[in-house]
Amino acid sequence: MLRSFSIPTSLACCIKLGIVGFFASTTAFAPSLHAADFDANASINIGSLYEPQNLDNTAGAGQGINEAFNGNVYEALFRLSDSGAVEPVLAKDYKVSEDGLAYIFTLQPGVKFHSGEPLTAKDVKHSIERVTGPDSKSSRKNSLKGIASIETPDDATVVIKLSARSISLPYNLSYVWIVNDSGKDLKSAENGTGPYKLGDWRRGSSLSLARFEGYWGTKPTNSGVTFRYFTDATALNNALLTGSVDIITSVQSPDSLKQFQTNKSFTVAEGQSTTKLLLAYNDRVAPFDNVKVRKALARAIDKKKLLNAVWGDRGLVIGSFVPPTDPWYVDLTKVDDYNVESAKALLAEAGLKDGFTFTIDTPNYDPHPLVAQFLQTEYAKIGVKVNINIITANEWYSKVYKAHDFQATLQEHVNHRDIVFYSNPDFYWGYNNSKAIDLVKSSEASMTTDEQTGRLKEANTQIAEDAASNWLYLYPQIVVSKASVTGYPVNGLNSQFFTSAIQKGGK
Amino acid sequence: MRRSAILLVSVVLASAVLFVLLRLLPGDPANALVSVGADATQIEAARRQVGSDLPLFQQFLRFLTDIAKLDFGVSFVSGASVLREIGDRLVVTLPLTLSAFISSIIVAVPVGILAAVRQRTWYGAGISVISQLGIAVPAFWIGILLVTLFAVNLQLVPSGGFPTDGWSAPIDSIEALILPVATITLVMSASLIRYVRSATEEVMSSDYIRTARALGATLTGALVRHGIRNGAVPVISILCIELASTLLGAVVIERVFALPGLGSMLLLGIEQRDYPNVQGVLVVSTMLVLIAGFAADVIQRLVDPRLRGRVSGGAS
Repeated sequence: MLRSFSIPTSLACCIKLGIVGFFASTTAFAPSLHAADFDANASINIGSLYEPQNLDNTAGAGQGINEAFNGNVYEALFRLSDSGAVEPVLAKDYKVSEDGLAYIFTLQPGVKFHSGEPLTAKDVKHSIERVTGPDSKSSRKNSLKGIASIETPDDATVVIKLSARSISLPYNLSYVWIVNDSGKDLKSAENGTGPYKLGDWRRGSSLSLARFEGYWGTKPTNSGVTFRYFTDATALNNALLTGSVDIITSVQSPDSLKQFQTNKSFTVAEGQSTTKLLLAYNDRVAPFDNVKVRKALARAIDKKKLLNAVWGDRGLVIGSFVPPTDPWYVDLTKVDDYNVESAKALLAEAGLKDGFTFTIDTPNYDPHPLVAQFLQTEYAKIGVKVNINIITANEWYSKVYKAHDFQATLQEHVNHRDIVFYSNPDFYWGYNNSKAIDLVKSSEASMTTDEQTGRLKEANTQIAEDAASNWLYLYPQIVVSKASVTGYPVNGLNSQFFTSAIQKGGK
Repeated sequence: MRRSAILLVSVVLASAVLFVLLRLLPGDPANALVSVGADATQIEAARRQVGSDLPLFQQFLRFLTDIAKLDFGVSFVSGASVLREIGDRLVVTLPLTLSAFISSIIVAVPVGILAAVRQRTWYGAGISVISQLGIAVPAFWIGILLVTLFAVNLQLVPSGGFPTDGWSAPIDSIEALILPVATITLVMSASLIRYVRSATEEVMSSDYIRTARALGATLTGALVRHGIRNGAVPVISILCIELASTLLGAVVIERVFALPGLGSMLLLGIEQRDYPNVQGVLVVSTMLVLIAGFAADVIQRLVDPRLRGRVSGGAS
């Protein structure tokens, strides 16, 4: 799933780094073949559009590195499973102090890095400090800033002390790769503990991973995987049709699915996505500082029609920034449902009976230009004129994200748990409601997940009532593979693509 | 000597123009390295890393010094050596371009001469129509057609991509290049045929051919003995231009066929605002184009003794 920015990739990635989502009973993996039916020495070719820019997730590598390396080459203390659960990996277990300010982690025994060195508590400390350090460009840096100190009383124990309670700490630690502290340059090399080690990376073409024979956990059901990178979606589809790749990690064009659905040699799996497309207003500037105007603009769009035009019968209209796979999802589609007459009435109440004109800064890649045209037509029905300003991803970053020099913009946000962005008044969209901000912030200090969920549900409802942005729809996540290949993740949360359970028929 | 100096100055000028143009684009190259959620310190760190915090003049000086040392630096984004990556990608782009170039000549020269000699026959006219069509149809469309037919439906050759281990499996590499080479050949030979045909027609109407025929030579004999040399001079100039445009235009074909060549490196570099990569590719491409022009000039002098007395000339 990408929707990147050329920055593409980096933005999306970071956006992608985000949330927890306890998708209770979601199917996590494609069904496995019978054990005897697969070839444990098969190599899997994975087709992707998201080549990493470098190999270090603290150095602006983009979402492609999460896809290739998370859980495959590097592991963390915890992992976000494909079903959205936070599961311990290198942390064997952990305890939390009564005041919630100290976490004591015990490490898995017998874990080795690919270089052969054993995992120690010092490596964990080094790894967390890499993410929080001054040179880090990790998008998780801010969520870990509550860490006051990290102690390593012995090789198997790590104590993290916090300056304020943070119920999301284990979740946030799932983004921290545990790397060996020997100081290797990780932009072009690796030293992780995962089931695969880096084989060869040919920029612009492919990245191969080979099974790590010294792996401490369950051995992969294949001998290695090769990510083959494409820039053109049609070329990628052709590669699957002709057998050059076994799986496509994320299909972006619904039109291309028919050729796979009608052919028994392929499996099409639709999983859960956290990618939202939104029309974000600059809530600081008139008339978008007026909630009535924002609500009018929300009600003027037939979102189901829009989703159908872009994705056919896939995807979902969600009515807020929170997808159903998040524990704090509330169905808010009715808050500002499609209603042209009510939109006109709200505009009149806001003193804009004759409408107004505004500009949408529109990223130049799909689906944004098409969506902008759709919005233009819909808004014309309530007398609002839209100018479409097409910009590159790089311009978007400078103009919209950094300088806040915009009226409205289209953007996709792929992150998990990114409702927290609405608690930052300095974020590009400038939403500022003290009640919502307090709810999001206090949720982090919750003692239980129920308490956290309750507060975030309330925050989500408040943000939707304020029509802080116009949430257009949630993308589907579609993985297509050869029918003989199974065991791959279908949800692609946080852009991850765990490969160690992938099986290829043939023996 | 003089041509070598011109070549050197052209490389430097092209690089300087490029430096200015790239920096005129809106947006900061550091944006490629940061993500949504990045704070001011992270953004500043990224700017320091790519050098976009320095005054423009200082960036320019640094850039010129590096070019002089033939040091293209490392990619802003990947940290990998630019020169090494160019080398990795040239092993795809050069065989692709040169094979397509040679096959185009093999197709276009005899077919073009035939079209001129037999212009009043049905196949002479047919060649003209087909070559016109070939010029009108975009290369990517021909590429997609060939992929659909020969890769997806007939499954005779791969649809795209290049072996992950490069040329260590030469058969696989050659297979990967068959359709891209065929696509470029079809497009390039279409226009070359027309040039060859018109050069041949011009030669056929010349006095020396008429004289040769009056002296009893057959048309074929006269063309082989006197015509090809004379007709070759303008065609060599065109060939040089075609070679240059194929080298730089390979980006489209590389995209359609997912080939990790120089063109896709350039495209990615521009998207990511990865200045060192973009500059490196363009400097190397400019050098290759100028070298091709230089070679065309030398060949023209070998073919046509009248040009040897001239100080300069030719295709570049």
